[in-house]
Amino acid sequence: MNGNFITTRFNYILGWARKYSLFHYPYITACCGMEYMSTAASHFDWDRFGTGWTRFSPRQSDMLVVCGTISHKLAPVLRTVYDQMTEPKWVMAFGTCTVSGGIYDNYAVVQGIDRIIPVDIYIPGCPPRPETVLDGLIKLQEKIQKEEQKWRWKKRK
Amino acid sequence: MPTRIQKEASKESLLLNMGPSHPAMHGTIRIMLELDGERILNSEVEVGYLHRGFEKICENRTYFNLLPYTDRMNYVSPLINNLGYVMTLEKMLGIEAPERAQYIRVIMSELSRISDHLTCLAAMAMECGAFTVFLYNVKAREFIWDVIEETTGARMTTSYIRIGGVRADLHPDYKTVLKKAIVETRKVLKDIHGLLDKNKIYLNRTRDIAVVSKEMAISYGWTGPCLRSTGVYYDVRKASPYAAYDQLDFEVPLGERGDNFDRYMVRMKEMEQSLRIIEQAMEKMPRPSPPKLMVDALEPAEAIKASRTKKVDKEIKLSPNLEGSERGKYLDILGTDKKYVVPPKEDTYTSIEGIINHFKFFMRDHGIRPPKGEVYFSVEGGNGELGYYIVSDGTDRPYRLHLRAPCFHIVSALEEMIQGRYIADVIPTFGSTNMIGGELDR
Repeated sequence: MNGNFITTRFNYILGWARKYSLFHYPYITACCGMEYMSTAASHFDWDRFGTGWTRFSPRQSDMLVVCGTISHKLAPVLRTVYDQMTEPKWVMAFGTCTVSGGIYDNYAVVQGIDRIIPVDIYIPGCPPRPETVLDGLIKLQEKIQKEEQKWRWKKRK
Repeated sequence: MPTRIQKEASKESLLLNMGPSHPAMHGTIRIMLELDGERILNSEVEVGYLHRGFEKICENRTYFNLLPYTDRMNYVSPLINNLGYVMTLEKMLGIEAPERAQYIRVIMSELSRISDHLTCLAAMAMECGAFTVFLYNVKAREFIWDVIEETTGARMTTSYIRIGGVRADLHPDYKTVLKKAIVETRKVLKDIHGLLDKNKIYLNRTRDIAVVSKEMAISYGWTGPCLRSTGVYYDVRKASPYAAYDQLDFEVPLGERGDNFDRYMVRMKEMEQSLRIIEQAMEKMPRPSPPKLMVDALEPAEAIKASRTKKVDKEIKLSPNLEGSERGKYLDILGTDKKYVVPPKEDTYTSIEGIINHFKFFMRDHGIRPPKGEVYFSVEGGNGELGYYIVSDGTDRPYRLHLRAPCFHIVSALEEMIQGRYIADVIPTFGSTNMIGGELDR
């Protein structure tokens, strides 16, 4: 066995572990929060996909779920929350307002949260149905699995 | 820039910031607390984190096109918001919806009210640590949303209630789903009563906490369940009945002390009354006119082809997506005045006059143009009196539109409610006010 073989396997296992234990921080501001509640509660239950438990502290969470309109007044707060999260971290843009500003094309609303923070998965819909959210979550998990994983003692190129 | 509380706070006390990114602050409100130990000496509530410019947007949308924006005001009960806006405009235009539509409106608003109260209590109980209550309430809400979805096509943002009536008739099979939702909601309400009513932890956090007197509630302009929890008998549905509420029998539950527990209890009792209203409305609703038999009906494309040479007399098959736009349905659920109602699709597809009517309805400066003047109308929303104030200058879009949001008045009393209490009391107190960001900040 040479080193390369082990490295790829470890990468795979790490990705597998990370995608099924996404602790999330729900950054709920508006309407999408209601669909978030539906998705998280027993009817649709995204715990089935390993998005286990809601952490209300950014330092304990892996995925930032931004639900609802982000206004310019709220933007610095969102940025701070994102900065407080520890690596590895992923961001889910939940709903059209976070994707592009949606129907609120005006002075008060940030036209898409990707102007403030990097986004990994965009879920459109105003608000998206829970099935759409679950589909987006599965796509994010695929992305995490395929990603080049980072860990603390990994050799930097 | 230092805020008021930063300037006024004494040097010995501690300033603590709660929110906007705090699980109990719903992401859209910030409370600065001046503390002595755990005791709150003073506080300052900052709102405006979800300001989306609703009122300004409405000035640039036609009366018909701004309907979807009203969905997103109180997003837990969008149908009541639709109803409030539409009835304001109907008052301005002097039109009235058909009777069946009135009953459909009542059923839809009561379903929304239940989902509003369920969500409020779910959040309030979850923030106090009762997670089971949250799960049960969301379960009941799913059954209610199934009914709404079956008829309107959307779970939350429906835009279902239209000027002159409603968009489509109830689903043919709605009674089965509605009855199931009622049974399930009753079960959940019973469970919640069992879980919370005599729960020592819950009682300690809600009984005699944040007591609001009648005078204080009225002076702040409170309405809705929060006002009724203090014992004031005021409900827009009773005070100035709209839709079909005057023909239905229901009670207005009142509280005694005006504390957090009363606000919880009033909401629970109100949901039972809402279920009663829905059951009555189901029975009393006028039957729809029988569906027309479609003998050798034409496809729209064929009809257009045929209409090039002579007027088409045959029936036209419409796509199921256009449900509610058939001419036959209009008498039941929508008015027939061409000025205010989207022309039936049969006309639009087959005659040049129909297509002109259609374009005139949606064209800039040609749509609904109410007379000059101003109008205020209010309905009983999930949180209280939900009023719309519209100033018209005779064009096809409002000169000014103001929303009287009930929870703005309730949240403005929050500083006084939590003064002198512990930090832990902020959570159930705030939960019981049912702050909805979209409505509060508009």
